[in-house]
Amino acid sequence: MPTQLRETDVVIVGMGAAGGVAAYPLADAGLNVVGLEAGTWLDQRDFAPDEIRNNYRDWPMLVRKAELERPTFRATTATTANRVGSHPMMNAVGGTTLHYWAQSWRLNPWDFRVVSETTRRYGSSRIPAGTTVEDWPFGYDELEPYYDRVEREVGISGQAGNVRGDIDSRGNRFEGPRERDFPMPPLRWTAFHDRMADSARSLGWNPFPGPAAVNSQRYEDRPGCGYHGFCDKGGCPINAKNATHITTIPKALDTGNLKVVTRAHVTTLEVGSDGCVTGVNYVVGSNEYFQPAKVVLIASYTYENVRLLLLSKSRAYPDGLSNNHGQVGRHYLSHHQGAAVSALFPYDLKAWYGLPAQGVAVDDWADDNFDHTDLDFIGGGNLWAMSDRRPISAASMSTYGRGRNWGSAWKRFIHENSDRSHRAYIQKTTLPYEDNYLDLDPQVTDPLGLPVIRITGQFKKNELAIAVFMQDKMEDWYREAGAIEVTRGGLGNTMGASTHAYGGTRMGDDAETNVVDRWGFSHEAPNLGVLGASVMGTSGARNPTLTSQALSWRTAAHLVNSWTDIAD
Amino acid sequence: MTDSNGDRPAISRRDLLRTAGAAGAAALIPDAVGAVTEETSAIASHTAAPKRLAGSPAPSDTGPLLAGPLTNLTASETEILSAMVDRLIPTDELGPGALDAGVLQYIDRALSEAESDSAEAYRSGLAALDTYSRYTRGGPFIDLSTMDQDSVLIDVQIGAATGAGVGFVGSSGSFFNMVRSHTWQGMFGDPKYGGNTDFAGWDLIDYPGVRLRMSPEDQKLLEVDRLDAVRRSAYDFSIFE
Repeated sequence: MPTQLRETDVVIVGMGAAGGVAAYPLADAGLNVVGLEAGTWLDQRDFAPDEIRNNYRDWPMLVRKAELERPTFRATTATTANRVGSHPMMNAVGGTTLHYWAQSWRLNPWDFRVVSETTRRYGSSRIPAGTTVEDWPFGYDELEPYYDRVEREVGISGQAGNVRGDIDSRGNRFEGPRERDFPMPPLRWTAFHDRMADSARSLGWNPFPGPAAVNSQRYEDRPGCGYHGFCDKGGCPINAKNATHITTIPKALDTGNLKVVTRAHVTTLEVGSDGCVTGVNYVVGSNEYFQPAKVVLIASYTYENVRLLLLSKSRAYPDGLSNNHGQVGRHYLSHHQGAAVSALFPYDLKAWYGLPAQGVAVDDWADDNFDHTDLDFIGGGNLWAMSDRRPISAASMSTYGRGRNWGSAWKRFIHENSDRSHRAYIQKTTLPYEDNYLDLDPQVTDPLGLPVIRITGQFKKNELAIAVFMQDKMEDWYREAGAIEVTRGGLGNTMGASTHAYGGTRMGDDAETNVVDRWGFSHEAPNLGVLGASVMGTSGARNPTLTSQALSWRTAAHLVNSWTDIAD
Repeated sequence: MTDSNGDRPAISRRDLLRTAGAAGAAALIPDAVGAVTEETSAIASHTAAPKRLAGSPAPSDTGPLLAGPLTNLTASETEILSAMVDRLIPTDELGPGALDAGVLQYIDRALSEAESDSAEAYRSGLAALDTYSRYTRGGPFIDLSTMDQDSVLIDVQIGAATGAGVGFVGSSGSFFNMVRSHTWQGMFGDPKYGGNTDFAGWDLIDYPGVRLRMSPEDQKLLEVDRLDAVRRSAYDFSIFE
């Protein structure tokens, strides 16, 4: 029998990007919050700039729950699913915000209205076949105040492009109107970034610095970025990367109303006879606990949110919690981040000291920022020229067809060229489709004997057409900046485990096609909320974290405002 | 560093130079990046006795390349691996190669730690590499000319080292890629792990070193090639001790 703990107001499963944000408005409103986190606290002393450990071996994680539960993957139902090589997320207080790239974008207004805007401008025949995409239940304007709040509480640097309708050409002219500027100016540019921006302008494009959850200057008593070069999969040794373990979680703890339990491995949610959630079961080592709560918020990443619901079967929910409409696991998508383009320049880029969130963005070819009348796809991509170079990865560079990648001649090649290559990061509109989904694997289990998630998914015609189009644009940009070689990766086919995984518990007004309502609460179990990108029905062409955090704050604020309705 | 444990015969520096010395010949190859056809023109010069170039280490038994025998590989496995990584990153006029930079020590330690699952792949792969050399080039890998060693390694890299009894588990290309990946880690990774001796790897690619803060002024110096390299491991910063 598990140990019965004292009831709390709210349990949050997962103290990462989403749960670590939601805890603050809840605790600040006086609710008693228990944050269950599978990982442990880590701090700046754990974050040595060490490429071998960060990028080639395991991280300093003390707990590997996600890794032991890594999903299986298959492209279609015609093939057998195999275990993915590694899980894209880590376990710790702060979650993967400890080592993420920290690009912190708002979605553009089009991303909330893909169906209606496409239909209005081009006709309904342009909605790709097989997609299950819907408009969000609200538009960009509804989320703006929460974006604004999170940008300040977490700490985001950037250059505004649209403040209440006033376009500023230094920023993204295509962004939705924001109430005010970013709380910090953008991260600095190097001479290479200046050159890329000049080249974009000479192509008639609108380059701008991207937004980052990284301090560009001292903010809330933490220093500005040191540009040390190990930010990709690296924690910040000076606390300039605004992971939730040093931003919103400490603020929540300061209220005295949040208790964080580490090494807490949540297995299932319990449900009462009325269909409401009563609390969560978790284990710490070999000890079992039941934490009763008036409200449960799950915030454990897309794969684990879906898994927890599907594993939590009860009389009220025989196919898994909140799954009486068969929607848990549906509308899954992982961002198309592949179809790489890389370039060799005849000059050094001086890129040793930078970070993936420092760079030049071009949004002219994203979303519906350009006319698609004569194109065979909807949506687009965001072009991103960043600084990210470390010694092993630099030496592992492509030889651009100039011979084999070892030996004396290669040695001379990298001596001359290790700081002359660049790889673009291009995020592309990715849609949900009827036959891309998550379910429980029928064979593979974790060490507790519980099934892992099975991903079934592949990119479709629309995604592949965008990929070709964006590779053309990126090559144009590189050539304009003087690249002497440009190479392209494959267009991509598989939709495996990803750092940008969306859907599975989609948000929408229609309970027949969505798991949670417009506030993030279950259509079926009213005191169950879901946090994270699993509620998002579209990806846009940019990183999900800030949107997921703004949605989390909004769900938390709604819970505070409607406490008696939701918690009885 | 591995300690001498007496189980396995120590490899002397002179033994290693059986292979390392051939690097001088490799340096005579015209500066065509790797194309096999172009390298064949260098065969004539290759057959001459290995020539030591200025800057490459003098043969000597002092100043150990190895602090002791490797703990995870036998003496003969170590010889084959030494010869292989010496061809991957030779010592030449551009400076130290993989052997001088401690890549063997890096791999040996990795096989005790994070890469312990790879020990069997090394054992079977090195044996298969040697078998393939004997079958197709008429001798053990370590006794082949550097030209033949390179052509064997090309076969291994592209997955062509097949044939009854050769013994690569799976594609020979996976073995090659594993060794190459670990060699790069040992050459260009933090010295904490036993490789990158005297920052040889970082010097080769002009990496200016680990810093916690890169000021705007330093970035400007870097951009005009006036930033001095710092030479330290990440773990030389006291907060990571």
